Amino acid sequence: MNAVKERKSERVSECIHWSFTPSHSCTLALPEPLIAMTNKTTSLFPAEQVREALVQSFVKLSPRTMLRNPVMFTVEIGTFIMLLVTLYTAFSGDGSQGSFGYNLTVLLILFVTLLFANFAEAIAEARGKAQAASLRKLREDTPAKLKQADGSLKTIRSSDLRKGDVFFCEAGDTIPTDGEIVQGLATIDESAITGESAPVIREAGGDRSSVTGGTRVLSDRITVEVTGEPGTSFLDRMISLVEGASRQKTPNEIALTILLAGFTLVFLIVCVTLKPFADYANTTITIASFISLFVCLIPTTIGGLLSAIGIAGMDRALQANVITKSGRAVETAGDVDVLLLDKTGTITIGNRKATGFHVANGVDRAHFIKACALSSMADDTPEGKSIVELAGTDVTRTISMEGAELIKFTAQTRTSGVDFGTGLRIRKGAQDAIRKLTESAGNIFPTDVETEVKRIAQNGGTPLVVAENERVIGCIELQDIIKPGIQERFERLRKMGVKTVMVTGDNPLTAKYIATKAGVDDFIAEATPEDKMAYIKKEQQGGKLVAMMGDGTNDAPALAQADVGVAMNSGTQAAKEAGNMVDLDNDPTKLIEVVEIGKQLLMTRGTLTTFSIANDVAKYFAIVPALFMVSMPALGALNIMKLHSAESAILSAVIFNAIIIPMLIPLALRGVKYRPIGASAILRRNLLLYGIGGVIVPFIGIKLIDLVITPFF
Amino acid sequence: MNTELLGVIAMYGLTLVLAIPLGRYIARVYRGEKHWSDFLLPVERGIYRLAGVDATQEMTWKQHLKALLTINLIWFVYGFFALIFQDKLPLNPDGNAGQTPDLAFNTVISFVVNCNLQHYSGESGLTYFTQLFVVMFFQFVSAATGMAALAALFKAMQQRTTTALGNFWMYFTRSITRILLPLSLVLACILVVRGTPMTFDGRSTVTTLEGAEQQITQGPAAAMIAIKQLGTNGGGFFGVNSSHPLENPDYLTNMVETISIILIPIALVFALGFYLNNRRLSWTVFGVMTTGFVLFSAGSILAERAGNPAIAAMGIEQPMGSMEGKEVRFGAEASAFWGIATTATSNGSVNAMHDSMTPLSGALQMLDMMINAFYGGVGVGFLNYYIFIIIGVFIAGLMVGRTPELLGRKVEAREVKIATLIALLHPFLILVATAIASYTNTHHGDAAWTVAPANWLNNPGPHGFSEMLYENTSAAANNGSGFEGLGDNNFFWNFLTGLVLILGRYLPIIGPLAIAGLLAAKKVVPAGGGTLSTDTPTFGALTFALIFILAALSFFPALALGPLAEYFSMP
Repeated sequence: MNAVKERKSERVSECIHWSFTPSHSCTLALPEPLIAMTNKTTSLFPAEQVREALVQSFVKLSPRTMLRNPVMFTVEIGTFIMLLVTLYTAFSGDGSQGSFGYNLTVLLILFVTLLFANFAEAIAEARGKAQAASLRKLREDTPAKLKQADGSLKTIRSSDLRKGDVFFCEAGDTIPTDGEIVQGLATIDESAITGESAPVIREAGGDRSSVTGGTRVLSDRITVEVTGEPGTSFLDRMISLVEGASRQKTPNEIALTILLAGFTLVFLIVCVTLKPFADYANTTITIASFISLFVCLIPTTIGGLLSAIGIAGMDRALQANVITKSGRAVETAGDVDVLLLDKTGTITIGNRKATGFHVANGVDRAHFIKACALSSMADDTPEGKSIVELAGTDVTRTISMEGAELIKFTAQTRTSGVDFGTGLRIRKGAQDAIRKLTESAGNIFPTDVETEVKRIAQNGGTPLVVAENERVIGCIELQDIIKPGIQERFERLRKMGVKTVMVTGDNPLTAKYIATKAGVDDFIAEATPEDKMAYIKKEQQGGKLVAMMGDGTNDAPALAQADVGVAMNSGTQAAKEAGNMVDLDNDPTKLIEVVEIGKQLLMTRGTLTTFSIANDVAKYFAIVPALFMVSMPALGALNIMKLHSAESAILSAVIFNAIIIPMLIPLALRGVKYRPIGASAILRRNLLLYGIGGVIVPFIGIKLIDLVITPFF
Repeated sequence: MNTELLGVIAMYGLTLVLAIPLGRYIARVYRGEKHWSDFLLPVERGIYRLAGVDATQEMTWKQHLKALLTINLIWFVYGFFALIFQDKLPLNPDGNAGQTPDLAFNTVISFVVNCNLQHYSGESGLTYFTQLFVVMFFQFVSAATGMAALAALFKAMQQRTTTALGNFWMYFTRSITRILLPLSLVLACILVVRGTPMTFDGRSTVTTLEGAEQQITQGPAAAMIAIKQLGTNGGGFFGVNSSHPLENPDYLTNMVETISIILIPIALVFALGFYLNNRRLSWTVFGVMTTGFVLFSAGSILAERAGNPAIAAMGIEQPMGSMEGKEVRFGAEASAFWGIATTATSNGSVNAMHDSMTPLSGALQMLDMMINAFYGGVGVGFLNYYIFIIIGVFIAGLMVGRTPELLGRKVEAREVKIATLIALLHPFLILVATAIASYTNTHHGDAAWTVAPANWLNNPGPHGFSEMLYENTSAAANNGSGFEGLGDNNFFWNFLTGLVLILGRYLPIIGPLAIAGLLAAKKVVPAGGGTLSTDTPTFGALTFALIFILAALSFFPALALGPLAEYFSMP
């Protein structure tokens, strides 16, 4: 229970935090497809980004910045001491601290180590910034038609729009900023954000009322209320997050930093106490050797790459067209135990289709089909269209809609149909609605239709009962089409240890059928927003982390309650505010990718920590014999790598320590590959790869470097 | 196969046979289940009433620590004054003098913390009163303190969100009445039968074969020897500990005493599994500890069997292995095995002089104490190991792509912080204390102290360094064995090791108990397919590697200057 509360309060603090983000003028103008840009992962290091990162590597040397990373900060102190030692040897002529050249070399290597670590962070930021810059390009100021108090329109710059302002857009206009339609309906081209070329319909009221700045109105006109102050849109948040201005360490990152700081302290103790030990043994150890030993032993590899890994996680989310409100959200996604998925659009393709006509006893089949077609001709819902389609052109060609009055579906009647001037009334609807209709007219609901209805429901279909003049004449079977390949995705999730739950408005029988067929672990049938909320709370009480995706305003409480709430970009503003991620593609299966990105992020941290610690074995065997080889020749036996000399051994170790950082940058940015093979198998695999590998690689690396530099001694 | 080796294998095998049922019994005792040993209930109730404690009230981890630390402080004050004024107290037939304040400080600390460093010699440094009512009393209560802390940890590891971790007084009292006392009784009887004295008479005077008159110290020894072996105390009745013929008369008593060293520490590992109903976890922990223990034992036994190369270089054959400082009645193998067993478990009793063992054995014994978690002291051994589990879980959890959790509880920044601090403490204490000693010895060797620092060491060079390193390691690990050869009964060493002892005892109890208490209060996440299990060989291997790299390798430079330098400079 406490954990939930903590999570919630943290999210609140995130929100508070957001309101302080620097304000950017925010208008998305040019409809340049974002997808094309973000999916461009051809090179990890484009020249432009490298150049910027190089500059940043030096800027980040400022001690104030370095202090955020205790491991690298101690390296900076060590480098500074080496600078003093080098200057001392250069000017004093005192050779007791080793030659000037040797000290200078150590100094340079340490300096390069710092730069490498800074470069790793800078390149991750540069990649994020490049994505952000492309978004910025869309931010040219566009004109906005502000609706004034007297109802007249005044054209102002979009950056002057404030929260609560109301503006007007018509066909051809670019929407100046994020907002909520208060009046009207329009088709909108959202390709600038989603990359999807098909226009979408947005209208006032309901769940599809939100518009995004930078998208274009294709037809009709709308009046929109601005929902945020300039600079607080989701894109703005994402940009500042990637740029590091508002990046906070996640709790997990903090814990790891503490552990690494602890290791650093242990090795500091090891190195400092070595001085009196060496005094006892009448051995002189130069300052350069002390600092080299220290820098090699502390976990610089993971210390240098830690923040790059975190930024890269957010970058990867953005590449998947998911905007995260915090780094923590990505991390939490990796921990998710339960995934709530909407049936429609996620598990099944779009809408249901009519697949069969079932005639009641004693009714003519052709007559029934004709009635079904009549009731649906004017009904442009996908279900209605599919009924007409199933009836076939042979039937539809013969019927006439003259004198027909369309009866729309209402929440009260829960039926729809047509009335003809001739007195013919056709209605279709759910079983209970039609039963009420027929029974109140004094007619009996035929038992054969009742059996048929049950059969359809058990097979995952949705029965639609048709009545003619309040008399049941049969039922139409509507079926869900399960998305191809979805079973495999659920299987993958199951192997990851994630439980999938299907949320649907269907009755329990239908829901159960589809749930079994699609291979989800559980389902919520006839789901109301309250049901979703209750389910999430129940799972959270059991200690599980829940992720869900939603778009409607009534999803907002559940999105806020869920540990990971992904709002669709097409959803309402309330939904987007409540969640901690926004999916620009409106793709309900995106949750699965988000979970994998989160897992990758944690795994990359863990494996590189293991690698870093495992490296110490070889470094001990390189440096410790080197320290004592001269004064105690017997300890030369510990020089199992047969390194050339004490100085070459120490230099090889620090060089290896430095170059391993840039060599691992690609891994840090791309992340360790996640395979859903179960926790124990992953651990075994990663231990072999990064643990055993981490022990062996430096032995080889240090020996090779020693062979290369031996001629210089 | 060589009978000496068979003897070692028999000792270990017998221990296992006894430890598993004992573990089951201990789990039942701590769980408070109905058991035939409940006939002791009235006795226990009498103790609670006498002490004025409520043994039914559930305690939080903080209340546990408060009770534990308070009672320890009371013992400290009592013991300190009893030792200083022992010459004025009864049961002093030999007329031994009171201890100096710094020696009394060191002695009382070292017994309260279950270390038994003994900067004195039992024959002349204590009276029968202090042997029994200070030293032996502490040997029971300090062992029970560690076991009570572990029992609270067991309770905290259960699959139930709770802040109630049982009652300290109940755990503590039952550890004595149901575990330590009965076992000690059995062991003491065996010892008495084999010839260990149990008397209040003073020294007995005998005439040797050569006709000389010799005074033999005796006393109520058997009772104390039993608990010093069982409670990983190690403080002997006689100065030379279990190499003394009255303390450890023959090979049979040696076997029984060796088994007693590791019996309860191993049984407690099994008790964990029985208590939590998670035998796999027990076997994983046991596997890791045993791997280390067997490797170390093998290393030391091989080194001692091979004999001393310096003696071999003189053309002297050593068919019994290196016998310097060892008892002929035990032999090289059993002595080496004892050496590893006593350092692994923070026991610290000896049946041979560690100072005289070959350098590799010395290195392994020190490493054993530096790790201090291969079985470890009664109760505290697993507390130490628990810290490695926390760090291991954290790293392994990340590696499988999940926020780390241990037995269903999320391990977060706070727990990692405590675990890191405790993991750091041990190298800090050992290295810093040895650094201070080395510095004083090197740079202030001629200080005008009672014993000048330059005269501390019996041997120059690496061996002298080992003597200092061993002493501090032994203190930090609450082991209590000495490398000897170090002049340690003086203010510097009494005070330095006294400080190391306190820090090395209480922080490693406070830390794990705090972590366990914090974790126990957290919500339990049911295990799923993505959850890392801590009871697998893979996780065991990770823990072992972590222990090796973090705990052992931090001491690599120090060991290189001590025993390794000595080893490599031998012919």
